[in-house]
Amino acid sequence: MSVESTQIHNIGYRDYEGPRLGRAYARRSLFSQSLRGAYGLGRSAKSKVLPMILFAVMCLPAAIMVAVAVATKTKDLPVDYTRYAIVMQALISLFLAAQAPQTVSRDLRFKTVPLYFSRPIERGDYVLAKFAAMTSALFVLTAAPLLVLYVGALLAKLDFLDQTEGFGQGLVSVALLSLLFSGIALVISAITPRRGFGIAAVIAVLTITYGAVSTVQAIAYEQGSTDAIAWLGLFSPITLIDGVQTAFLGATSAFPGGDGPSSGVGVVYVLVVLGLIAGCYGALMRRYRKVGLS
Amino acid sequence: MIATESLSKRFPRVTALDRLSMDIGPGVTGLVGANGAGKSTLIKILLGLSPATEGRAAVLGLDVATNGGQIRERVGYMPEHDCLPPDVSATEFVVHMARMSGLPPTAARERTADTLRHVGLYEERYRPIGGYSTGMKQRVKLAQALVHDPQLVFLDEPTNGLDPVGRDEMLGLIRRVHTDFGISVLVTSHLLGELERTCDHVVVIDGGKLLRSSSTTDFTQITTTLAVEVTDSDECPDGTRALREALRERGMETETGGELPGAGHTVLLTAEGEETYDLVRDLVADLGLGLIRMEQRRHHIAEVFKDKDAADAARPESASAPVAVPAPTAAAQQTGGGRDER
Ligand SMILES: Nc1ncnc2c1ncn2[C@@H]1O[C@H](COP(=O)(O)OP(=O)(O)OP(=O)(O)O)[C@@H](O)[C@H]1O
Ligand SMILES: [Mg+2]
Repeated sequence: MSVESTQIHNIGYRDYEGPRLGRAYARRSLFSQSLRGAYGLGRSAKSKVLPMILFAVMCLPAAIMVAVAVATKTKDLPVDYTRYAIVMQALISLFLAAQAPQTVSRDLRFKTVPLYFSRPIERGDYVLAKFAAMTSALFVLTAAPLLVLYVGALLAKLDFLDQTEGFGQGLVSVALLSLLFSGIALVISAITPRRGFGIAAVIAVLTITYGAVSTVQAIAYEQGSTDAIAWLGLFSPITLIDGVQTAFLGATSAFPGGDGPSSGVGVVYVLVVLGLIAGCYGALMRRYRKVGLS
Repeated sequence: MIATESLSKRFPRVTALDRLSMDIGPGVTGLVGANGAGKSTLIKILLGLSPATEGRAAVLGLDVATNGGQIRERVGYMPEHDCLPPDVSATEFVVHMARMSGLPPTAARERTADTLRHVGLYEERYRPIGGYSTGMKQRVKLAQALVHDPQLVFLDEPTNGLDPVGRDEMLGLIRRVHTDFGISVLVTSHLLGELERTCDHVVVIDGGKLLRSSSTTDFTQITTTLAVEVTDSDECPDGTRALREALRERGMETETGGELPGAGHTVLLTAEGEETYDLVRDLVADLGLGLIRMEQRRHHIAEVFKDKDAADAARPESASAPVAVPAPTAAAQQTGGGRDER
């Protein structure tokens, strides 16, 4: 029976006899609502503006490169698949700073979290859904331009195997980046429920660590201590990703001198990245243990 | 519906629940207690969100310690605090919460429309919640607790922040949740007066201990206080005193309404039923006084359990301040005595 007809006839209360899809369904619903929310879908027109602009700006350079490649019939794309996200890191930070607080802080600020926990879902479901949603949103942002590049490369009749391998490596790299960056941004947002603070804190953590690490790396390079450069890269999220993909995903490093970590040090990079992702998940679980009881 | 057995919850510094054993059947049940009595703590334990330190509890026959998820699927919860995001509409919010309870998308939308209408939200439901009045927000909070058609709802202080009219509307709505929707209700409040008209059964707790659990008819007979105010007349320059003396001759104990300016003109007495109203009306008429008002007083819960001596000495304002509640045994004796007299 449609909603309109019930309003007209104003019939009494009806019991619900239909299915109750339970916890896994609720978790999926929370995931899709949060993922859509990160792009402003299902929310006001105003909240669509920023994420959509960022998405467009993120893909624009890729589209231009592809157009140039097709037109000039070059042998290679001007930028590696693995390098794209590193070059565009400022945009990634901006997207996270705007969307991570809205993904988790709203529920905390308006005390909606206890309502979720009065439903079949539990703390772990909530954290998982939010983490997965933020990661997916970031993956969409970072993988879309790679897809543009790949399709363009195939149109320009570049070497298929070569391009496919590069594209695959790029996807693995941005998947790892999405997990790491989302984790960090969500933890920061979850401990700073005030929206303005959350935005500032996410930007600060991502850019200050990168600024500090690259400055010290540059000094180390000047002084010729090339070993130190690789170790220093462990201390900011973007250089961590750079190190991992240089060691294992065929990327050329953006570190000064272009020397990324060796495979040995690369293992340390991978362990640190995975440890950080797990740590962020654990921190979120801890954070919500307190909230659930308040 | 709900059964607890020696249920205790201890926090590092306070004992929020102290060996609480009770049995609550279908219908509307009021859970009454002063601030900090442990009402919200009990609800959290019953939802399976917070483990009890000791003892057991079952909701709808399911153990709260092991079947929290199943309980929460069949139960609704309206928290005492604000929980609504201001930037979405009531419809969007309630649809989302319905899906969180496991309703498929279409059912979630249909039931949201129905439920919002039942709680009395019409055109407003498409506007952002931020612009709603407190009364409308309370209705949205109630709607999200009902949208998945639970068997039982926990309403934590639903009348909080409402003016007298809003309060009555909310209480009427709560009554309908049971009579029209067939959903049992556990509703908390620190005012016994407002619950005795709404509930079938009232449970009183204080300091985490069970003070009393009984059907509301028992309560009402003991607790109704009448406040009467009369005019003076030429024959009786002090109408209030004349009325008090007339009542005393009939064996009725009275108290003054307090020390506030004007409050001395209020006579308080315990109503034993319809007869008391008639008696007061007749006495006032006989004395040739004008009846300014005669109303039922809402009590603070502690007032019900004052022992007799304290009752004589106490002034009504003290009832609005936290009043020490006597030990459960004393209360039981007193209430028991009250029943024997009748
Ligand atoms: N998480 C907690 N940690 C420590 N103490 C707590 C916690 N939650 C509640 N308490 C304490 O337990 C007692 C009972 O609290 P509760 O919130 O259940 O009372 P209440 O009856 O709901 O009161 P109110 O009418 O104010 O809502 C209070 O003394 C409170 O300070
Ligand atoms: Mg409470």
